[in-house]
Amino acid sequence: MADFISGFWNMYVMVLVALSILFCVFVLVSNMTKREKGPVELHGHVWDETLAEYNNPLPRWWMYLFWITIFFAVAYLAIYPGFGNSNQSRGQWAQYDAEMKAGQERFGPVFAKYREMDVMAVAADPEANAMGKRLFLTYCQQCHGAAAQGAKSFPNLTDGEWLWGGAPENIKETITNGRNGVMTPFGQVLGADGVKDVANYVRSMNGLAHDSVRAQRGKEVFANNCVACHGADAKGNPMLGAPDLTNNQWLYGSSEATIIETVTHGRNNKMPAFGEFLGEDKVHILTAYVLSLSKK
Amino acid sequence: MAQSKHSKIETNVFLLIVLTLMTVSVGGLVEIVPLFFQHSTTTPIDHKGNALDVKPYDPVRLVGRDIYVREGCYNCHSQMIRPFRAETERYGHYSVAGEYVYDHPFQWGSKRTGPDLARVGGRYSDEWQRVHLLNPRDVVPESNMPAFPWLDRPVKADDIQDKMRALNKVGLHKYSDEEIAAAPAALEGKTELDAIVAYLQGLGTAISNFR
Repeated sequence: MADFISGFWNMYVMVLVALSILFCVFVLVSNMTKREKGPVELHGHVWDETLAEYNNPLPRWWMYLFWITIFFAVAYLAIYPGFGNSNQSRGQWAQYDAEMKAGQERFGPVFAKYREMDVMAVAADPEANAMGKRLFLTYCQQCHGAAAQGAKSFPNLTDGEWLWGGAPENIKETITNGRNGVMTPFGQVLGADGVKDVANYVRSMNGLAHDSVRAQRGKEVFANNCVACHGADAKGNPMLGAPDLTNNQWLYGSSEATIIETVTHGRNNKMPAFGEFLGEDKVHILTAYVLSLSKK
Repeated sequence: MAQSKHSKIETNVFLLIVLTLMTVSVGGLVEIVPLFFQHSTTTPIDHKGNALDVKPYDPVRLVGRDIYVREGCYNCHSQMIRPFRAETERYGHYSVAGEYVYDHPFQWGSKRTGPDLARVGGRYSDEWQRVHLLNPRDVVPESNMPAFPWLDRPVKADDIQDKMRALNKVGLHKYSDEEIAAAPAALEGKTELDAIVAYLQGLGTAISNFR
């Protein structure tokens, strides 16, 4: 490997490996003795007054095992990398490439079949759906939940409500490039009272308990500050990921305190981009699966 | 004949020690020592020789890394994606040695009770990481990872400069005097949670997760 800082290290490894194998052979050969007829002689040293040691030959089974390990080492080096630059075609990178190629040959056609199909058609296909479910459970459930039910700040994908639009191309874009939903903080601009007013107005739009005087004032505050993103009718704007504030669906919670927190400090929510990691084929199938979740 | 060699070694402690050391060191001499003289293990390049965008940890991530070590994350999380299809499908591109040149000590780990974290950077949002560290069950109900609720406290910043100087001595890091001087300011107002999230979000981002 040209990877070493000098050619010395290649030689160093090869010489040491060869020497140690040869040394093993030498030790083994130089200690080979045959069992002779007659009484076995003693080693000659005696411990503890009477304890002596027979000088038996190496046990045959042990010796044959030793020969086998030596043979194994030589055969291994002859077949696999380890001796200079030999056998790189069986190295770990080559093995990995071969494994990936085999995977591509096996699964490529499956993905290719769906790649050509429209997302809606894929969503209706049971096999694609099963694939999508497995992909979802591997890559998506950590945030969106095993049943895609979502959690605080992680959208529920089954309710048919979409922050960034629910068309196939919107969902595909969300998975591929991720999303960054930003709600600007309004605490400074509105003051504590203004925030509370607007929070009550937002609750009033969803039929939740509210202070009607505050809500009335909040309506004005809303018209002056919030419509740019959430729209005059508070129906949201999927271009900006601004949520619909009238559908009683809550990403962070509907309590007055939570809404006040959202308005005061803003929110910064991120869906990571998965396009590069998963590749188009898997994103296609995932898009279909996610779509199918809200179509039930 | 054989007996005389045998008893010569057995009755000479010094010779026995020397021969034993020689025998047991062969493996290390052949398999470990050459690694110190390889480009791909000592410089930020991948196994094909392409330069990798790996930099020494900035102060916040350095502190985060030490928290990772302190909390024993390596006991359950590896940071080493092996070149098998099953691993790269789940975690992303397999790991290469050059990615770890500034990991001192490395956090490869040896056990996966939790998933591998070598390419966790960017895989989740910062918000997810925070919620998940404070109580994993809040986002993953099935999770058996312990909660780390105490992380939401200010980082210990008084030893950061010593840490950076120490890494300059023992590692390949080359923190400049200006970087070391600016380190405490960078940690101003940061919590341990900020630090470990910053560390996690940087993991494995030097190699793109290509497919």
